Amino acid sequence: MALARRRLTGQEACPTTDTIKTSVGKRVSLFVTCLGDQLFPNAGMAVVEVLERLGYAVDFPKDQTCCGQPAYNSGYREEARTVARHFLKTFESSEYIVVPSGSCTSMIGHHFADLFRKEPETLARVEALGRRVFEFATFLTEVANVEDVGARFDGIVTFHDGCHGLRELHIREAPRRLLAHVRGLELREMLPAEECCGFGGTFSVKFAELSGAMARTKLEAIVQTGASAVVSLDSSCLMQIQGALSRAGSKVRTMHLAEVLASR
Amino acid sequence: MSAVFDKKIHQTLADANLQLAIYTATGRLKDKRTESVAEALMPEYQELRTQANALKKHAIENLDYYLEEFERNVEAHGGKVIYCKDGTEVSDFVLGLAKERGVSLLVKSKSMTSEEVDLNERLEHHGLEAVETDLGEYILQLGHERPYHIVAPALHKTRFDVAAIFEKELHVAYETVPEKLSQIARGVLRQKFLDAGIGITGGNFLVADSGAVVLVENEGNARLTTTAPRIHIAIAGIEKVIPRAQDLAVFLKLLARSATGQALSVYTSFLSGPRRAGEIDGPDEFYVVLLDNGRTKLLPSRAKRQSLYCIRCAACLNTCPVYRKIGGHSFPWVYSGPIGAIITPQFMGVSYEPSLPFASSLCGACAEVCPVKIDIPQVLLDLRSDVKKAETREKKNRLEKLSFRMFAWMMTHPRVYAWAGWMARHGPILNVGPVRAWTSQRDLPPRPRQSFRDMWSRR
Repeated sequence: MALARRRLTGQEACPTTDTIKTSVGKRVSLFVTCLGDQLFPNAGMAVVEVLERLGYAVDFPKDQTCCGQPAYNSGYREEARTVARHFLKTFESSEYIVVPSGSCTSMIGHHFADLFRKEPETLARVEALGRRVFEFATFLTEVANVEDVGARFDGIVTFHDGCHGLRELHIREAPRRLLAHVRGLELREMLPAEECCGFGGTFSVKFAELSGAMARTKLEAIVQTGASAVVSLDSSCLMQIQGALSRAGSKVRTMHLAEVLASR
Repeated sequence: MSAVFDKKIHQTLADANLQLAIYTATGRLKDKRTESVAEALMPEYQELRTQANALKKHAIENLDYYLEEFERNVEAHGGKVIYCKDGTEVSDFVLGLAKERGVSLLVKSKSMTSEEVDLNERLEHHGLEAVETDLGEYILQLGHERPYHIVAPALHKTRFDVAAIFEKELHVAYETVPEKLSQIARGVLRQKFLDAGIGITGGNFLVADSGAVVLVENEGNARLTTTAPRIHIAIAGIEKVIPRAQDLAVFLKLLARSATGQALSVYTSFLSGPRRAGEIDGPDEFYVVLLDNGRTKLLPSRAKRQSLYCIRCAACLNTCPVYRKIGGHSFPWVYSGPIGAIITPQFMGVSYEPSLPFASSLCGACAEVCPVKIDIPQVLLDLRSDVKKAETREKKNRLEKLSFRMFAWMMTHPRVYAWAGWMARHGPILNVGPVRAWTSQRDLPPRPRQSFRDMWSRR
């Protein structure tokens, strides 16, 4: 790997935005995700804006579609493998792949290996690919090595931990550190922040009533914080939360972390 | 989804009192667990989990060896081990012994394994009386219900519910003070302990190197069950065997904390064999029934046999956002929650309730709290694949299969995908199928005119 990955302890002095010059000339490929591409393009554009502000040249491999998670989670392994192979072909030449979703990142980084356990050659390729795939917030704190992206957002927000980012990728601190450096922003944690919003892909329609009940429990936690926006790393969680907020007539808005970080 | 599963979920979600009862009770257990394993109190917690996982893995991978060692040691102490492949064999054994010894009344302490084989019903069918002595189980037995939760069986019952059950079934005055309710149950149960000829328990751990059955409980009823009657029968799944007594140092620390947040349960009993000459306590006869009931079917699969590591602490239930909404009785079998969702299809077959492995958002909260580190979400994913393979073989659910084949085709043809996306953003919204299911609970997101790739290409 070209850049050494470094873990921050939180005690270290925060780098200023001056450090961004060091990353000029670096290339990253964006996997915007199918949901992000079709329904939440502004979140994808915000990712591009933040990365470019940090001096990265962003590339969008145009053959990209989906990571295959809907098929994998629904039990259709062969169909998931087909889509995963397409992803591999599309992104294999990329040095870094940035994904504005913890869930899709985990699918590529963890579950692709499960899909190709019986194909050693492909397995080696997906494992190599997996090491170059980064969830957006983690990319900023661990690869770009930055916490202050020069953002300004006036208001109170709360943060929803997406389950796959939190429990499969162990992302908890990165987004919070990034939010802590946004001028004018106050982060108020909801209790509990780590409880599932009830989306779960096809679960949200296969068990719609149950999924809806889970979303409403999440909503109570969000509303209690008094925040005007709920921020997350996954557009999928945000779609669920926003749909439930809208149904409940709430004025709280949903924002991808990238949209907050792109604000100035 | 089967109509029964669907209906039970709906009924539970629609019952506001029940929702509050489940959410409060599981929330309390969940919080106590979290506090008891906090870094400051228990810095070794994660290391203990790792060790517990390694011990269980080793025990399950060498199950034949440890079961034989356990059997030898039980018999050396004068006890007897009986292997049963299913519930019929268990009840045949208990019935046969009861008949031989002239026993008509049995007392039982809490055992999910006996629930699993419907032991009470089988015994009652043959004219025997089997009385549950764990307070929660006793309440449910009087109310003719099965356990709602692995550790707290009557978790869904309020004291008012209990008052009504006691009034109706025990013909006592309506009483809602919990302590007084306990006294009523105690009064009835004391006499049962004294009159019973056989005591039946489960077994939390079967210790191979010492031939001991270890029982963990809070009420003291298991201790009475194993000492008052002349005969003690412990019924346990074969997966409960652990290699050495010293391994309990790991498991007992984890079990009580994970289950109730206690550092140690109130009573921990080590039972190895009948009363010896010169001892004042203990039964005359000691039997350990080792039950298979589908467990050996899990052994060949490396990925799935981890389901047998479970020590039945129920931490996964208390933390599961699905269990906390749909409760225990929505689940198709006696085991509920995340662990129920992975062992039911494996013990009973995937067609028992094919949608069960899908009734999860795969949030992973269960795996995070599992003291023996069972990767429950991964097992669910594997079971989902098994269900779909079975459906394909049986030519069921063909429309879904076709739609996922189309999905795979579309996702490997970027232009088709882009066109389909355009249609989804600009075409009419048909309020059918998944869209209808979505909008039954939530609004659809506003549809952007342009996709990201459109915006990107116009930059």
